[in-house]
Amino acid sequence: MAAIIAQESAPRVGHDIVASARTEWFKVLAWRIGIVAVGLTLWETASGRWVKPFWISSPSAIWAQLMAWVDSGDLWMHVEITMIETILGFVFGAVSGIGVGLALGLNKRLAAVLDPFIIAFYSLPKIALAPLFILWFGVGLLSKVVLATFVVFFLVFYNTYAGTLAVEQELVDVLRLMGASRWQIVRKVILPSVLLWIFTGMKISVPYALIGAVVGEMMASNKGLGYLIQASAGQYDTAGVFAALFVLMLIATGLHEMLKQSEKLMLRWKEDST
Amino acid sequence: MTPLIEYRGIARRFTTRRGTVTACENVDLTVNDGEFLAIVGPSGCGKSTLLNMAAGLLQPSAGAVFYRGAPVSEPNTRVGYMTQRDTLLPWRSVEDNVAIALELRGEDRATRIGTAHNWLHRVGLKGFETAFPSQLSGGMRRRVSMARTLAYEPETILMDEPFGALDAQLRLVMHDELLKLWAATRTTMVFVTHDLTEAITLADRVAVFSARPGRIRAIETVDLPRPRDVFRIRFDPRFGELHDKLWGYLEESVRDGVMVG
Repeated sequence: MAAIIAQESAPRVGHDIVASARTEWFKVLAWRIGIVAVGLTLWETASGRWVKPFWISSPSAIWAQLMAWVDSGDLWMHVEITMIETILGFVFGAVSGIGVGLALGLNKRLAAVLDPFIIAFYSLPKIALAPLFILWFGVGLLSKVVLATFVVFFLVFYNTYAGTLAVEQELVDVLRLMGASRWQIVRKVILPSVLLWIFTGMKISVPYALIGAVVGEMMASNKGLGYLIQASAGQYDTAGVFAALFVLMLIATGLHEMLKQSEKLMLRWKEDST
Repeated sequence: MTPLIEYRGIARRFTTRRGTVTACENVDLTVNDGEFLAIVGPSGCGKSTLLNMAAGLLQPSAGAVFYRGAPVSEPNTRVGYMTQRDTLLPWRSVEDNVAIALELRGEDRATRIGTAHNWLHRVGLKGFETAFPSQLSGGMRRRVSMARTLAYEPETILMDEPFGALDAQLRLVMHDELLKLWAATRTTMVFVTHDLTEAITLADRVAVFSARPGRIRAIETVDLPRPRDVFRIRFDPRFGELHDKLWGYLEESVRDGVMVG
């Protein structure tokens, strides 16, 4: 299919299009690098001259702080803790969210009964539960994992459930007429069409898993990037706050990118030929 | 010929926010084994409703539908249904879409892919076996739907304005293909359309419905010889006579429809 389209449209100008697309990409990249360079230079220049380093620190000081943490091995320890909390929270939350979402989606009676409770919990800002979880599960890893799980669960659950409601009845009917059993309809129509919704839910919940873990750490903990931010701020160490935020940003971007790639792989059929 | 589908005293009412709407009433109609029956009527006259009842997806408010003498009370697995809207599974390749009914029956992969390829070739889609529906044009997707419906050889095929969304030329091509495939299988066909020309071109008998509430105005046998040349049959004098006669019934319905709607 792709080959046919390529033959129709590409023969003479194809190469030029590829080449100009590449040039365009290089231009975009050059602009991005330029923006970062100018931004960092301005920041470095402003710091100490126009604005006190106490407020904005400086790129060089932040870099020095980062290197110091790397050398002492502190950085890895904190990153590891935050990552474990985030990933565990994400996995537990996503698995339970998908499970409960499908269970309610396939069982209308149960869904009708539980609806008001679900809405009530869904509307609650989950972060507000952090003190309670710390009270219950202590200042260690568990309370953060539970908080992240809770946040992720509702996002994934709600998307999964909405997905089951959005399954096109006509698709189901066509298969019923072909003699499909209930289970076959679930497997061949409902699950694949809900998959897109599940992915959306998972994708939006990744940053929230991180938020859950970090907020938990900021409230009560002695490890993790949230703790690092909180502790640095407590010591008026602006460079430390920025350094920890920078690492957090890298992690969040990395997670997002990973999920985007896996979604692309799983939902190949979504791509259009045009 | 024995009646395959029998509608007896059918009425169907729908409750909406603005009150009760009667889609059709007093419908008595039989579909014979192996025939090609077309149902023509203005939009909203309950034509699709009749197909849904034969498929067992909808129960009548009054009367009963019988399939081979037995009342239809649950999804009727002896009919294949090709709806107006696309019901291909977007996450499946074309061949896996066509093969799905065989897959549900538990046929092994080699058999079902073989059958799917055979039908895809017959509807002119050789080379598109592994494409996804989103990569095909509207006309190609219709062909896939047709192949999918024919591939598992249901006893009866219900078609609800299957070519309604295609342009006039493409429709003729599809009519040609449909008639050729039908000549080879002789499956019973119930074909719903609002286009009288399409109905006469394809069918053995044409039932004309009135505007809502839909009732049967006339049933006419189309005595045009087969095989028919769908590209030229419109200019056949007998075609013209049938068209004039049936248009007489339909025109009233269409005018009524305008008055009501």
